[in-house]
Order: sequence, then structure tokens, then C-alpha cells
Amino acid sequence: MDINSNKYTYIFAVVMVVLVAALLSIAATSLKPFQDKNVELEKKSDILRSIGIEGENVEVLFTQYIEEQLVIQNGAAVESEVSAFDIDMASAVALSAAERQVPLYKADVEGNTYYVLPLRGKGLWGPIWGYVALEGDGNTILGATFGHKTETPGLGAEIATAIFQDQFPGKKLFTATYEGIEVRKGDASGDQQVDGISGGTITSVGVQDMIADCLKPYKSYLMNIAAAAAAPAVELAPVVDSTLITAAL
Amino acid sequence: MSTEQKPAKEGLFSKKNRSLLIDPMNANNPITVQVLGICSALAITVKLKPAIVMGLSVLVVTTMANLITSLMRNMIPNRIRIIVQLVVVAALVILVDQVLKAFVYDVSKQLSVFVGLIITNCIIMGRIEAFSLGNTPWKSVLDGLGNGAAYGGILIIVAFFRELLGNGTLLDYPVVDMLGLYDLGYKNNGMMLLPPMALIVVALIIWVQRAKTPSLIEKD
Repeated sequence: MDINSNKYTYIFAVVMVVLVAALLSIAATSLKPFQDKNVELEKKSDILRSIGIEGENVEVLFTQYIEEQLVIQNGAAVESEVSAFDIDMASAVALSAAERQVPLYKADVEGNTYYVLPLRGKGLWGPIWGYVALEGDGNTILGATFGHKTETPGLGAEIATAIFQDQFPGKKLFTATYEGIEVRKGDASGDQQVDGISGGTITSVGVQDMIADCLKPYKSYLMNIAAAAAAPAVELAPVVDSTLITAAL
Repeated sequence: MSTEQKPAKEGLFSKKNRSLLIDPMNANNPITVQVLGICSALAITVKLKPAIVMGLSVLVVTTMANLITSLMRNMIPNRIRIIVQLVVVAALVILVDQVLKAFVYDVSKQLSVFVGLIITNCIIMGRIEAFSLGNTPWKSVLDGLGNGAAYGGILIIVAFFRELLGNGTLLDYPVVDMLGLYDLGYKNNGMMLLPPMALIVVALIIWVQRAKTPSLIEKD
């Protein structure tokens, strides 16, 4: 057959496309479980890293330390069709703060309760994300980790390094004057400010905006925890009284 | 091309075949002599590890693409041959991307979009069009290996200098810190991390190569 005839050309093209399509779909389907597993493991190890836990067997550590996964909307835990772990933060932050359903991970490390909040925002070239872990009072930062897709190496990309992240532990998210963490140019002081990355100003500001924005849905939930942590004894007293009264009756 | 009409058996590593493998390393280097594949050489050479993986990926893709198109060279209709080449290369690149995502996830994240862009690497299409469509499979494999390795080699040289001078590390190992140079007042040169410096490093390599290889110097 003449390989340059129209008929042959059409047949060749059709056969080739069908073969290649079949090959690629087989490859994609058979590798999908491995790829999904990688993404899941990365997320779990990021969450664990924010509460200072690192190790080989991420799967086991995650079930060991993360005791509860809540879905939060407008400051209260809600029921949701999607499990907390499967919430896609990229589409969540696109909604207004009141409409967002966001995950909150409650961890138990040697009797201490920690709360882990996911973050998602914009850097200079693309998305940035991270996790902030809070201590039992729902206000003091225990640790923070950040990641980015395409920030400039050596400049904006430095938010993913220890030098930047190590500034966060001990800072407070909420005070009377400000909610979030301010990223300053070299004059950071006090409980709510950290130093930015020199040469990475836009990414640094991105981190500040990301924290302020992602905090909104959690605010009243965390405030309640803070209030409970500040005055637990006062709330216990009436409960004891009421049981005594019931017993007496 | 003339070798195809010769009935006499040719050794697997005859002088001609060996030159297919070795020529691209120096006198016919795809990056420094033919100036192909420059965009990716600039984009993924900030650090050594992604550069190595990228070099290997391109090596696999050029070799396989050359082999496949060479096996099909008498069946491909002339009018749609560029499309056929594209389909072969694109399919291979998607396979490489999927395999990287499944088994070396951290590296695949660093390379991000650039694995997909292997498709647009002119070296691959160039070798298929110029070589494998007219040569036997074995010769095409050698040609693919030679060009892929030459590309990867330059990538690794460029990434070596950029990571060392720009970041003070090699494969994330803090070499400069270990040598104690920071205490002497040494500072990393952040400019090495920016894309233009990749071109300057490539240009320096070309300079050295031309100075050492007189046959490359234009007579004017």
C-alpha cells in the first residue's frame, strides 16, 4: 500500500491515536493509587511537622497523635459531607470567610492538646500554603510550616526554611490590637511580629495576608477555647452545684 | 543514511557508531554548539538534584523516542510525520511525568511544570526529524543516548556552579558552611539563582569549549 495515500494516512492517524490513548489511560489508572498516596502522606507529614513531630512512618504517627478532625464554619464545628482531611483549601479560600468550611486538626501529644490550622494564600508567582499549630490556649503558636509552588529560590522561597519558620513559636495570634502575625521589614518586636525575607517582600506580605485571611473562620472557635483555658475552675463550679441539688431532691 | 544500503555487517560499536554516541558530547553538543534546549537549561539548573533528574528524564525520552520513530520510519506517512513525532514524544513525556509523580514525588514537585515542557525541548524533535527517521533503530538509540547525555551533562555543570555559588550547597549538602567560609566573611551570590546567570554560565562553558576545540572556531 502507498504510505502517502490519503486512505493510509487517515488509518495510520486513527490507529496511532487510539493506541496511544489506551496506553496512557492504562498507565494513569495503574499509577493513580501511588500518586494519591504520596499527596496524602505529604499532607499528613506537613500537619505533623507543625506540631514538631517527624518520623519515618507518617501513617502510624498521624493516627497516634491526631485525635480529632473537625470541620469549622463561622467559628463553630459543623457537620459536612466532605471529611475534614479531604477539604480542598484552594477552593475553600476562594469563598467569603463566612461561607468557608475549613478543617481543624486536634492533636494530643503526651497529654497536651494542640490545634492545627491549614493556611492557603498567594505569594509572588503562585500559591503559598502552610500549617499553624496552636497550643492548648488556642492563641499561642507552637509551630508553623510554610510551603510554596514557585517562589524565587533564595528570595521568596526562603519562607519554607527553618530560619523564617523558627520565628513563629511563642507568638500570639489574637490580641486586642491585631489578629494575625505581622511580617515586618527588619524591626519585628513583640508578640505578633516576625521579620520578613529580604528581597522577598511580596512573598512575606503574602504570608501575613494569608494568616490574617485564613484565621477568620476560626476566630470565635479559638476565642472560646482561649476563654475556657483562662477560666476553667469558674465554669466547673455550677455543674457540681446542680448535681448536688438533683441528688438532694 | 548511506549505511542502510550497505549489505556488509557492521559491528555494534564500530567507529561510526561510537562517534554517534561521542560527537554530541563535544563537537556537536546540543546546548553549547547547536544552542538547543536553552530554555530548560535556564529554568531547572538552580539546584543540582532537579538538574540530574531532568537530565535523566530527557535522556530516557530522546532515546525511546528515537527508537520508536526509527522502528516506524517506513510506516509513517510523510505528510503527518511531525504530528506523529509529537504524539510519540508527548506520550513518553506523560509516562515519565506519571512515573516520577508515583515514585519520586519530592523531585517531581521540584521539577513541576518543566517535566511537561520536555515535549517542547527542541533537542528531541530535532533528533527525530534529523536522524531517527532515516536511520536504523540501533544507530538511533546511540544517537539519542549521546544527545540526551550531552544535554544532561551541561545541565549538571551549570547547576553545580549555580547551587554552589548561589546557595552554598551541593545536593542540599552545606559545603560552604562546612568549609567555614561564612566565618571569613564570604557571602552567597544571590544573583546566581536568577535565570540570566544560567545563560552566562552556559556562555562561559561555550567559551572554554571553543578555546579547546579549534574546529569549532568560525573562520570569518
